[in-house]
Amino acid sequence: MKIGLFIPCYIDQFYPQVGIASLQLLEKMGCKVFFPLDQTCCGQPMANSGFAHLTETCNTLFIDHFKDVDYIVCPSGSCTLHIKEHLIDDGRPALADRVRHQVFELSEFFTDILKVEKLDAFFPYKVGFHSSCHGQRGLGVSSMSERMLPYFSKPESLLQKVKGIQLSTPNRSDECCGFGGTFCVFEEAVSVKMGKDRVMEHEANDVDYITAVDMSCLMHLEGILKRKGSKIKTIHLAEILNSK
Amino acid sequence: MGTVEHAKAAGRFIADEPRTNWHDETLWFVRQKRDHAASLLNGWEELRERASQIKNHVLSNLDQYLIQFEKNAIANGAIIHWAADAEEHNQIVHGIIKNAGVTRLVKSKSMLTEECHLNHFLSGQGIEVVDTDLGERIVQFRKEPPSHIVLPAIHLKKQDVSETFHEHLHTEKGNNDPNYLTGAARQHLRNEFIQSKVAITGVNFAVAETGGIVVCTNEGNADMGVHAAKIHIACMGIEKIIPKAGDLSVFLRLLARSATGQPITTYSSHFHRPDKEKQLHIVIVDNGRTQQLGRPDFRNSLKCIRCGACFNTCPVYRRSGGHSYHNAVAGPIGSILAPNIDMRKNADLPFASTLCGSCSNVCPVKIDIHDQLWKWRQILVKEGHVAMGKKIMMQSMAFLLSRPKLYRFAGKWGRKIMQSVPILVSNKLNPWYKQREMPEPPKQSFNEWYKQNKK
Repeated sequence: MKIGLFIPCYIDQFYPQVGIASLQLLEKMGCKVFFPLDQTCCGQPMANSGFAHLTETCNTLFIDHFKDVDYIVCPSGSCTLHIKEHLIDDGRPALADRVRHQVFELSEFFTDILKVEKLDAFFPYKVGFHSSCHGQRGLGVSSMSERMLPYFSKPESLLQKVKGIQLSTPNRSDECCGFGGTFCVFEEAVSVKMGKDRVMEHEANDVDYITAVDMSCLMHLEGILKRKGSKIKTIHLAEILNSK
Repeated sequence: MGTVEHAKAAGRFIADEPRTNWHDETLWFVRQKRDHAASLLNGWEELRERASQIKNHVLSNLDQYLIQFEKNAIANGAIIHWAADAEEHNQIVHGIIKNAGVTRLVKSKSMLTEECHLNHFLSGQGIEVVDTDLGERIVQFRKEPPSHIVLPAIHLKKQDVSETFHEHLHTEKGNNDPNYLTGAARQHLRNEFIQSKVAITGVNFAVAETGGIVVCTNEGNADMGVHAAKIHIACMGIEKIIPKAGDLSVFLRLLARSATGQPITTYSSHFHRPDKEKQLHIVIVDNGRTQQLGRPDFRNSLKCIRCGACFNTCPVYRRSGGHSYHNAVAGPIGSILAPNIDMRKNADLPFASTLCGSCSNVCPVKIDIHDQLWKWRQILVKEGHVAMGKKIMMQSMAFLLSRPKLYRFAGKWGRKIMQSVPILVSNKLNPWYKQREMPEPPKQSFNEWYKQNKK
């Protein structure tokens, strides 16, 4: 099984440890991982701001880089969702369609494709789980409080396999953190208020870490935590699953 | 009239943080009541699907159902009026009132009349409208628009209401007891009901099969107005049609549960024909709805039954207040309806969302609200309703991210600069930095690490 590792641009530039953890995890599970060196960005920041028409080259690059793998795996629900919903290529529609169906967020890939049952991971901390909206409501990596359907959570099930971990859920189990891409700067006041409210709930649970499947939510929450001088740290799901 | 953009208005709202917290928690409480009520009903998701299908079917056959409704309503003795837009609607309503020789009348809640700015129009003609929904009466006293379609005065605390009533109804100063205040409102409104010859209501559902209309209230104020008046004017958008009376078994179960978590509204009033020597006028309004129906990506926004569930769930709405949306219908649904009427004025609204998707999933008729917000953004940008700064920023990003070598080069040097001269990004001009620290730039990107360790 040939896996293409899709590392979002902001993870590449600011959170390389998340890429490293994702790569190491996939290799531990016996995957042959291929990392296309010329990848840049999925195009989501432009598209969500109303500039989808400027993402043509991003789309072309993405398809060129990932067209020869069996699965594309990405440690971000949001970027995965963008590819799944908006990757188009007028010249190669069938290929674009195939690529759209091959892309998986990390926790759903572990759960649905690799069917991971056991993890050799140890993380002796109290961890608050933040449910990232695009993974949850967009990709369906977990159930949601709005729908009257049976509960499930792929990322939380994986975290429960980690030894020593003490998982906690905030009072509002799946409210948005307020990052929202360029929303975080163009609607700065609301964005920060939403983030502050999320942080407060995790503080009430006295957690050591906040984790999520999306580093973008965590980047936003981290910025708020640091400004506050909080002792709570943020950590991507992949880093916990890869902890010893 | 200058419109303040959502982001700015929201900033002002949030400046009073304790009040924002109270607003957020109050509406979240309503959302939780909705969750509880929905969880008690077997087959909630099937019911949503059923409602969605009925509404889709209606939108695809709207012309026929409207004709059927008109025919049956006329046979029942109602008088039907058709209005192409807000102005014609207001003229028609004014004409009926003028004929009746009335200068003061009562009106129960109708978002359509808000959308058409009927009160303002009639006031210009020397006619005073008394809103009889308690929340609407409160905001009317204060000369404010409603901030929520179901809970019009949800932005106000009981202290605010007390002050307003003291000024307008001469209640005791500083008496904040809700029972006392509602009692005063009841006395005041009772006089209006008794004296009013004309009563305006909205319409929640118009049944094609019977020609009857259904109005849902919790206060019974629609009934009070209609029963005491000689003339009932019911104003409805063309999308309020449902095919059969039996369909009410789907919609009435969804509406109140989604809106407030009640199993059903206290009053679900069915009006079929006028009483003897009374008149029932039904004004059927388009006002941009057929235009929206003609937009394939947005037509299903017309499925909306105005329950307000998307308001209560929206983390942005709860923290920015209804007035920041500068539109009769605020919240997520307002943000996809408003650009249809005026793109330029409402170009900010589809951006007042993180696209978290909660709205689409609480919606009892399954409107894909957050997807439509995304689609409106594309249209608004193409039509030129975007700030130059944002446009340049996006063009620069696209340029950079379309060139792998340049992206790596810029990333490397950007991180170096952030490390050595942090003030260049960590300054007041950067909206991120205003209340958040910047991420700490690592020495190596993942790409650089990979090349060194894996290649």
